[in-house]
Amino acid sequence: MDTKHIKDQVDPKFFKEHQHKLYQALEDKHTTLEMLEDDDPLNTKMVLNMGPQHPATHGVLRLILQLNGELIEKAKVDIGYLHRGVEKIAENKTYQEFMPYTDRMDYLSPYSNNVALCTAVEKIANVEVPERAHYIRMIGCELARLTSHLIWLGTLIMDAGAVSYFIWAFREREKLHDIFDHLTGHRFTVSHSRIGGVHNDITDTAMALIKEFVDTFPQELKDWHMTLDRNRIFYDRNRGAGVLKTEDALNSGAAGPTLRGSGYAYDMRKVAPYARYDEVEFEVPTRLEGDNLARYYVRMEEMHESIRIIRQCLDKLPKGPVRADNAKQAYPSKDEVYYSMEGMIHDFMMTDTGICPPDGAEAYHAVEAAKGELGYFIQSDGTGHPWRLKINSPSFKNIQVLEDILEGEMVSDTVVIIGGVDPVMGECDK
Amino acid sequence: MDLELSDTLQTVVDGLSEDFTDSFIEVYQSSGDTFIRVEADANIEICRYLKREHHFIYLSDVFGTDRFTSEERFEVIYNLFSMRDQERLFLKVRLPEENPAVSSVTSIWTSASWMEREAYDMFGIEFTDHPDFRRIYMPEDFDYYPLRKEFPLLGIPGSIDLPSSTPDTE
Repeated sequence: MDTKHIKDQVDPKFFKEHQHKLYQALEDKHTTLEMLEDDDPLNTKMVLNMGPQHPATHGVLRLILQLNGELIEKAKVDIGYLHRGVEKIAENKTYQEFMPYTDRMDYLSPYSNNVALCTAVEKIANVEVPERAHYIRMIGCELARLTSHLIWLGTLIMDAGAVSYFIWAFREREKLHDIFDHLTGHRFTVSHSRIGGVHNDITDTAMALIKEFVDTFPQELKDWHMTLDRNRIFYDRNRGAGVLKTEDALNSGAAGPTLRGSGYAYDMRKVAPYARYDEVEFEVPTRLEGDNLARYYVRMEEMHESIRIIRQCLDKLPKGPVRADNAKQAYPSKDEVYYSMEGMIHDFMMTDTGICPPDGAEAYHAVEAAKGELGYFIQSDGTGHPWRLKINSPSFKNIQVLEDILEGEMVSDTVVIIGGVDPVMGECDK
Repeated sequence: MDLELSDTLQTVVDGLSEDFTDSFIEVYQSSGDTFIRVEADANIEICRYLKREHHFIYLSDVFGTDRFTSEERFEVIYNLFSMRDQERLFLKVRLPEENPAVSSVTSIWTSASWMEREAYDMFGIEFTDHPDFRRIYMPEDFDYYPLRKEFPLLGIPGSIDLPSSTPDTE
């Protein structure tokens, strides 16, 4: 047996062909075919298989690293361990029925996913959304961004060695889940948005909780800034780790805070404002360094901006209905369903057939989710089910970037770099 | 058909119909998005032209669709974004049912690599000159293309060997 190739030395237990091709791809990378045993008398080279079951890979991400001592020479990423085929499922569901699946895509910020689907369907089917619903959605999306960034902060710092931050971040996140409980009726997978609006209006308790959170959270954030920004260990650990150069960032397709940490202020809220983002003031934080520290600053500042947006939304929140009053486009309110015959028929029709965009219509709409540009492309054949629904997910693009930025780093930094890029496998694997 | 093109997209369409008269098929709009359809064999020159002349430097997505029962069955859609003009443009090529293949655009945008692998994995569309052409979600041992319309929603029983659930005995 030829022992000079990696793939001849491994004996995979399952998906044999898949594993062999993966190791072959690692060997072929950069077209320089290096033999493992040649010129390596000290035996410093090895191939490290990390994941898919590894706590620091944030889910089921699998990395194949070729190491020279502690240095990563080449990296290959294997994804698909959480592939559930949601795009196939979408083709067999009505638009509204599909929404609970979107909660489980980027499961760290479900609200943004719901809004992304709804805005895309509203675009293709020409549904007008009431003003108040837009503002409620914006509040929900920004709260979702905070929950996602809090997980990122907690796990990043835990990966870097400080476990207490994980607890502190989760304490704040718990408050957000309480808010979601009162705002939407669910703590985690909310499914609150509806095509044509949102499910229910903000309750008084939810409003009070949001106001309290908006008042107390900035102080918390300030404390975190004080302990982290000048923390020698944290600073040194992240500075210069996983550098994505400005000139490479666009070409390699980075999205969201990863792209903004490399210097491009590409934010769907500014580029193509949806909901009412054009009526609130906020900045798009960017950094030029492109390393993990830059991504840290970008996300921390984004949290400040989110609080700022929520404050403005609370001030501007107009009165009025929260769902389009058109039986062909949106669900009727529960009052109508329970007390009128038409209401019940409309409710039944919406559940059975759902909204039918025109035959042959195509639309793409993207929102800025916590991880970056999250777009839904829909092709309609005139029925209540999409003919094709494509989800353009930011984590997928960011993990592709990961494959490149890992090279030349130390193996101990991989977990920090993964934490800094902040992928969610549910969204990446679809 | 009436088109309401922005100035940027108008120059793109004018430029394309001038420089690529033979391969430029149609331009249309749907729900406010602009789609341009071109011949499949010219995709690489047109992409390069769009990137160089019109600053579509960000490739947002590449994906396939199945136009089941239509003449040219598969379609590859490129979702391009121009950072300078903040405009989005969709470029489409259509491919035949038998051996659908198109040149890879990885030489223009490296980000296309995984997106094209996804289109291959889901629809079986071949991208020639791709540097690392493998399936991406499904393992290589899988013989079907799940997003094709004829693939059943519940999957094909026995199409994939699951790892043994008992611990290894060696």
